[in-house]
Amino acid sequence: MLNFLALIGRVVLGFLGHLGRLTIFAGAAISHCVRPPLYPRLIGRQMIDIGYYSLPVVGLTAIFSGMVLALQSYTGFARFSAESAVANVVVLSITRELGPVLAGLMVAGRIGASMAAEIGTMRVTEQIDALTTLSTNPFKYLVVPRLLAGLLMLPLLVLVADIIGVFGGYLVGVYKLGFNAGVYINSTVDFLQPLDVISGLVKASVFGFIIALMGCYNGYYSKGGAQGVGAATTNAVVSASILILTSNYILTELFFAS
Amino acid sequence: MSAMPKIHLKDVRKAFGDKQVLNGVDLDIAPAESVVIIGGSGTGKSVLIKCILGILTADSGTIEVDGTDVTHQPAAAREKVNKKFGMLFQGAALFDSLPVWENVAFGLMQGDHMPRKEAKARAIDTLSKVGLAPEVGDLSPSELSGGMQKRVGLARAIASNPEIVFFDEPTTGLDPIMADVINDLIVTCVRDRGITALSITHDMHSARKIGDRIAMIYEGRLIWVGNAKDVDRAGNPYVDQFVNGRAEGPIKMQLRR
Repeated sequence: MLNFLALIGRVVLGFLGHLGRLTIFAGAAISHCVRPPLYPRLIGRQMIDIGYYSLPVVGLTAIFSGMVLALQSYTGFARFSAESAVANVVVLSITRELGPVLAGLMVAGRIGASMAAEIGTMRVTEQIDALTTLSTNPFKYLVVPRLLAGLLMLPLLVLVADIIGVFGGYLVGVYKLGFNAGVYINSTVDFLQPLDVISGLVKASVFGFIIALMGCYNGYYSKGGAQGVGAATTNAVVSASILILTSNYILTELFFAS
Repeated sequence: MSAMPKIHLKDVRKAFGDKQVLNGVDLDIAPAESVVIIGGSGTGKSVLIKCILGILTADSGTIEVDGTDVTHQPAAAREKVNKKFGMLFQGAALFDSLPVWENVAFGLMQGDHMPRKEAKARAIDTLSKVGLAPEVGDLSPSELSGGMQKRVGLARAIASNPEIVFFDEPTTGLDPIMADVINDLIVTCVRDRGITALSITHDMHSARKIGDRIAMIYEGRLIWVGNAKDVDRAGNPYVDQFVNGRAEGPIKMQLRR
């Protein structure tokens, strides 16, 4: 019994220790984001990495999600003779939820993993220590460019995902389900409110921050050799995905609960 | 020893959990002096250097650089002190995302804000001082052999004209000839430029060649400090066992059974 309680205690203490370390890491990272020097060249490189190179995977995810959404909602709504709501459901679902969440999860897999692997490898090969000896703050050089790029590029990616996702719904609606193209577009545009898009973009910014933070944090504190870097990569993706889903619910409550 | 040592260590202690790694290290290093710390694996050599560099923070004791206490300095002040330092890491620790010349010029561009063109010219010049051709500057670190990586690491360590350079196992993993080449380069770079050097190594040939003084660390303490030429007749059974590489003696290797 005592062993069992000790085990619970160890797990809880370990979790709280991680939480505390993550909070201090995030605080230090944010404070470095607003203090010069910043590295525009590195921020630009990260923006291209996160934004431009993630476009194909996010675009593919968005178009197929929009297409499936149109198909499924048509099947469901046909039972209540409410087929005309398909365009509305597609645009609301994509802009409010599926666009930001799916783009966030895809970027977490692609970028979060690569950040953790790159920074983790730098840690275990003493490259981060080398930065310190060369009078360069590792937070400013490695963490800040990734955080800022995540924060800025995810909304742009989600905006593109929104357009592609809605277009996917349009393709299925018009060419498979037989909607009139003009009517479908009108239903989409008329029903859409600015808050629907803005809430999705705010979510995207938060998700971008979470992805970069978890990638950098897990890489920065990785230990050992290849195994440690592997574990950091896994932890970065899993923790970012869980935090994206959790914060998505909280942000939805904040935007739409009233 | 001059009145003001370049580096002054007084009762430096550092523990990781229950393990006391540094257990009261005292050492003074004079300007332009080269001191080598020898000792077995896990005796705290690397931890000591990392404490001086500010990568780790000592639990207690005093670390002074040019008379300034840097033991618990905040990061911003520490960056200024670190401009005096250069470091050659055991595995060279070159940035694999940058070409060789940018590795060498890194401290010049980031720390001293030197323009890229000027920094590149200085990097190529420094590479030539460690025996590497200008074309090597455009290669990636992964395209270099171990010996060339060490030379690039040495070039990076001295490129910004540091006052103090640390060498962490500079010859480990190199063949004897390349190890001697690196030793010669270290001696030339350090003596020509009047640099203060602190090295850690297992390699006694290297220690004798690059050190003015040698210190032996054992169980987190310096148990012997003396002139490099006296190390073979130190009269200390721990030093004798280590220098002669004998399994039998007062130093017992901790083996798990």
